[in-house]
Amino acid sequence: MVAAMKLLVIEDDRAAAAYIAKGLAESGYVVDQAFEGRDGLFMASSGKYDALIVDRMLPNMDGLSLISALRAAEVRTPVLILSALGAVDDRVKGLRAGGDDYLVKPFAFAELLARIEALLRRGPSVQATTKLKVGELELDLLARTVSRQGRAIDLLPREFSLLEFLMRHAGQVVTRTMLLESVWDYHFDPQTNVIDVHISRLRHKLDKGFAHPMLQTVRGAGYRLSVG
Amino acid sequence: MARFFNTNAFRLAALYFALFAGSVLALFAFFYLSTAGFIETQIEQTVGAEIRGLQEQYEQLGEAGLVALVRERSLNERVDNMIYVMTDPFMHEIAGNLSAWPQRITPVKPGWITFPFDVHTRTGTEVHTALGTQLIVGGDRLLVARDLLDATVFRQHVLSTIAWGALISLGLGIIGGLLMTRQMLRRVETVANTTRHIIHGDLTQRIPLTGSGDEFDQLGGNLNTMLDQIERLMVGMRQVTDNIAHDLRTPLSRLRSRLEVTLLEKPNTARYAEVLRETIAEADQLLGTFNALLSIAEAEAGSRRDASTTADLAEIARNVAELYEPVADDKGLTLTVSVPDSLHVRGDRHLLSQAIANLLDNALKYTPSGTVSLSAARDGDVARIEVLDTGPGIPPDRREVVFDRFVRLEGSRSTPGNGLGLSLVRAVATLHGGNVRLEDNEPGLKAVFILPAVPAAQTETLRASDARPAA
Repeated sequence: MVAAMKLLVIEDDRAAAAYIAKGLAESGYVVDQAFEGRDGLFMASSGKYDALIVDRMLPNMDGLSLISALRAAEVRTPVLILSALGAVDDRVKGLRAGGDDYLVKPFAFAELLARIEALLRRGPSVQATTKLKVGELELDLLARTVSRQGRAIDLLPREFSLLEFLMRHAGQVVTRTMLLESVWDYHFDPQTNVIDVHISRLRHKLDKGFAHPMLQTVRGAGYRLSVG
Repeated sequence: MARFFNTNAFRLAALYFALFAGSVLALFAFFYLSTAGFIETQIEQTVGAEIRGLQEQYEQLGEAGLVALVRERSLNERVDNMIYVMTDPFMHEIAGNLSAWPQRITPVKPGWITFPFDVHTRTGTEVHTALGTQLIVGGDRLLVARDLLDATVFRQHVLSTIAWGALISLGLGIIGGLLMTRQMLRRVETVANTTRHIIHGDLTQRIPLTGSGDEFDQLGGNLNTMLDQIERLMVGMRQVTDNIAHDLRTPLSRLRSRLEVTLLEKPNTARYAEVLRETIAEADQLLGTFNALLSIAEAEAGSRRDASTTADLAEIARNVAELYEPVADDKGLTLTVSVPDSLHVRGDRHLLSQAIANLLDNALKYTPSGTVSLSAARDGDVARIEVLDTGPGIPPDRREVVFDRFVRLEGSRSTPGNGLGLSLVRAVATLHGGNVRLEDNEPGLKAVFILPAVPAAQTETLRASDARPAA
């Protein structure tokens, strides 16, 4: 990491905040903390952070108001909302207020880390590309074709979407929940690990007959598509 | 007592009494006015008849005859209380039973007159009042009157009767009002007593009914029905709590002992990491159970319900089937899907997806080999989703129980799951005004999930509005 990314954690539960900050610091981020809404807004308004982690329920100023205030002040820093409220409506409200992602408590730290990474890497690169390229893997969004080392790979529509998401987050860990939310738009936890099965099918198609596997399983976290 | 005066019942009783007293008094006043004058009228008639009789006698027998007649009549000891006085033109008494012409009567005055006169009794002299009229025959004057004693006595009698009657009626009115109030208060009091007992924790208490079917009985009956419902819910809740206690305590204690035993072992970083990972996995499972419970509670409370949103059950079913297709494939099961192009219902897409996913998940999990099929179809007014499998099925007597929270059948404990899947399906079905039941697929299990469908006429417009891109 060239220059450490700076994160601000705004969370009134000090134990939770300390645990998040420690985990993020271990992962190589520089972390500041605020324990209530107004301080948080003041610090976030400086614009010097690469991403914000905002609890929804905060003293003095709630998280959604804080985000709305930031967006009104033209601060575009990506925001991950943390909340105990997990209903779809709550999620929609959070994103409408200007949040970029929504994570329901309690969560696995790996999930938080993966989502923060996704937010940080997203940046302005979401331009209207028609082709994605990761190492020897190529995906044509218009022709809806995929090839590795020039060899065509035949994918089902959902597998195509799955691969597209993985390629857009190449090199990052993506969790099962992220895939369920982004590729299937499901916000519940299917009892059987259906995502694993889908991934292993996709992996079979991507990596069969090639020397090194591109689609890796990250234990306890999710999957990563790496250049290899 | 102050409480008594503040009650509606008292106010009602007071109003009732006031109305009652008013009408009793009016009735008695009318009665008095129409009876008190009765005797006077009769006296007038008697005296009038006598005068006319005497006049006729005078015309037939002349003055001497009249005088004789008056004398004869006056001889009697005024048995009928008749008074006669006859004078000549110079006011000298000729005949009669009164000592003198009454002073207050001016010699010539026609019509009816009342005058006092002395009555000599054994004890002394009383002054009575008489009512009479006079007749002038030739130059003579004849006064015929009658003692008003009877009328006075009657009037007094009527008055006192009325007074007593009024007193008794009003007394009865007060007593009646009080009794009525007491009666009402007592009925209210029984309801209040029962609710007090219930507030203090005895939920088995019910409001006693009189069986008369009156308003109080209806109110009591409704309250009792409500209490039954609450009791049922509480029993259900207690059962759920017991189940939660059991099903969450077991993994928690397992987790705890694992950590404890690891601490007893010789320190070993690799072993620690292994145990921590296992513990996290177990904690995740517990959290999953909590989340599932929360989803069920939310669906049951109907907090997500939005009648204005429609969902395409066909699309939902297709997507869920697509999600599970590789799972079936991996297990060597055939998954067949048969859904129409579209099948609209009012409801929450997320909850419906989850419900169908749970049904399909179960079917795939418990079917060792064979076919699992998912079908959706409109059946009259309802949308009908069926998930059929060729697994072991569920005995008929257990097909309802499995919808309860944490209920897992013997033999399914070895497969992963928390026993909450079907509970959520049922909660979602109920939330959407539908239902879900299990049937025999001969062999296997057939889950039937039914929802009210959006009428076909509306479906076209819905399809048009669905065409706009998703937000």
